Amino acid sequence: MSSAEFVQQIINGVSLGAFYALIALGYTMVYGVLRFINFAHGDVFMLGAFSGYYLTPRIMPHFQGAWTPVGVSAVLVLTMLICAAIGILIERLAYRPLRKMPKLTVLITAIGVSLFLEYGGQFVFGADPKAFPELIVDHALEHTGVLTITTTQVAAFIVTIFLLVALTFIVKRTRLGMAMRAVSNNPTAAALMGVNIDTVVSFTFGLGSALAGAAGILYALSYPSIDPLMGLLPGVKAFVAAVLGGIGNIPGAAVGGVILGVVETFVGGSKFSTYRDAIAFALLIGILLFRPAGIFGKMQAEKV
Amino acid sequence: MNYKHIKKFALLGAIILAWVASHYSGIFNPYWLQVAIFIGINITLAVSLNLINGYTGQFSLGHAGFMAIGAYVSAYLSTEHSVWLFKAFGGANNLSIGVLFIFVLIAGGLAAAIAGLIVGVPSLRLKGDYLAIVTLGFGEIIRVLIQNTDTVGGPRGYSGIAGYTTLFWTYSIAALTIYIVVSLIDSTYGRGFLTVRDDEIAAEAVGINTTRYKVTAFVLGAFFAGVAGGLYGHSTTYINPSGFDFQRSIEIVIMVILGGMGSTAGVALAAIVLTLLLEYLRFVSGYQWLPEIVRRIAANRMIIYSLVLIALMLLRPQGLFGRLPRRGAVELPGGKRKQKKPAVVT
Repeated sequence: MSSAEFVQQIINGVSLGAFYALIALGYTMVYGVLRFINFAHGDVFMLGAFSGYYLTPRIMPHFQGAWTPVGVSAVLVLTMLICAAIGILIERLAYRPLRKMPKLTVLITAIGVSLFLEYGGQFVFGADPKAFPELIVDHALEHTGVLTITTTQVAAFIVTIFLLVALTFIVKRTRLGMAMRAVSNNPTAAALMGVNIDTVVSFTFGLGSALAGAAGILYALSYPSIDPLMGLLPGVKAFVAAVLGGIGNIPGAAVGGVILGVVETFVGGSKFSTYRDAIAFALLIGILLFRPAGIFGKMQAEKV
Repeated sequence: MNYKHIKKFALLGAIILAWVASHYSGIFNPYWLQVAIFIGINITLAVSLNLINGYTGQFSLGHAGFMAIGAYVSAYLSTEHSVWLFKAFGGANNLSIGVLFIFVLIAGGLAAAIAGLIVGVPSLRLKGDYLAIVTLGFGEIIRVLIQNTDTVGGPRGYSGIAGYTTLFWTYSIAALTIYIVVSLIDSTYGRGFLTVRDDEIAAEAVGINTTRYKVTAFVLGAFFAGVAGGLYGHSTTYINPSGFDFQRSIEIVIMVILGGMGSTAGVALAAIVLTLLLEYLRFVSGYQWLPEIVRRIAANRMIIYSLVLIALMLLRPQGLFGRLPRRGAVELPGGKRKQKKPAVVT
């Protein structure tokens, strides 16, 4: 592989990794606050793509010409709001009543919610793949020499960076963010300090789901065929990314996403390309066997 | 007559009954015959998964992978290697078919058991969510591997499998599976599985080899799933990797959850109920007098399954016959104690 191909693969890999990172952030935040893997998270990603699919023809006609970026942003923001609402709704209806139940019960419920979103989506949207509308005209940039960088890649990258910065700001500089960190660290003490656990949990779900929704739109821009089952595989891979970076750790999720994206792109370009999807699972098993805490996680001894 | 003998007689009785039913199966409507066979296969699958999920507490979401291996291995052997066996028994008569079938089913089961070993060992250190995802991953890896294996048809599927499965085989094997699992769990050795589920750390502390129990559960569960897979393949005569995906694993998991994790009777019953429900839904989706939307929902069984799952967890997490964890009776939200303390500690 020549150096140009290598760099190209890196670019593609980081691009793919950005999607995984955005979804992984949702997983990791919810796990940090609730110690619970939200199996249905990948399907919120799918709903984001579908929101974009239905919103775009209704919004974009009002924002033509020079106003297009505003329109695109409007679609993105609206989708994020819709997904946040969905995430909060799911939490209220399916997870909150089970907060005191054994972990297995909530896990099974999460699986149920995930299936419901997937097959309900098939029922409502139709099972056939749909073509995502061209929010951003996708063409390769000029002046990049031997490398190919598309507008969608650039857009995805910029939005991801922006969202990451915004998320870090929220988590580090706002009171709600501080509350999130407190609940993640020690829920009982946080409650004693006057933090409203329910509000924090809802906020966390909303935030994570909004990011997943954004990922859905960005993903659909690059891979314009959307269907109701599209969230399952990226969802699981994003989970792997979150574990890779250290579950519960926000920068870890981003790093894990990028690593997974790069590895998957290289495998996809090699002679093992049919095993592209399996590599994520192989990585997961490897990480859980050798360093279960992930890259940025703390190796904690299990207290008996 | 004590309990042990009742079980053996029950097993024998079930096998005889199955043979009789199979012998006279010509009088049954072929559609319901097929449904009955599916019920039997699902019972075997559910009981085998219950050993892993319910009795040993290892939440495995990849059971369809074991079924797939059993189906493909047995199908391959019975189509490719039947010739010399038949020659040895003088042609394709009842005896030679029977021997061949037993042979390929066991072979399929053993192949699946090896897969169970491969899945079980890395899973040893994992709990709950991680275990679920890893087993899901293994199920998918198995499916992808089969899809990439052209000798068994790859994504086109494997057709032309001989239809050896009858009521006799299906229900004898289901009865045998139930017998083995129940006998195992009731034995002194078998109590170890339950301790691993209830409190792994305490189990280790009293000297139970949790590793051995977990791996045994996976291997045994996988074996029976593989045999069930063989039955399935020789019943539908055509198998395809996409029929053994996550959706299939979930269907089996739902049977176990509905029946109550840790109750063989419960999961067998749940297998029967869910298989029949599926067929009933097929009818409902054909009733022209129901509104279109009801019919469409009925046709999409996964929506029903997912709602059943959610409702089950919200309303009755222990399923039909299961028990909530006994350790310090669970105080359910609402302040009600759902479980009576026994008068004498058993």
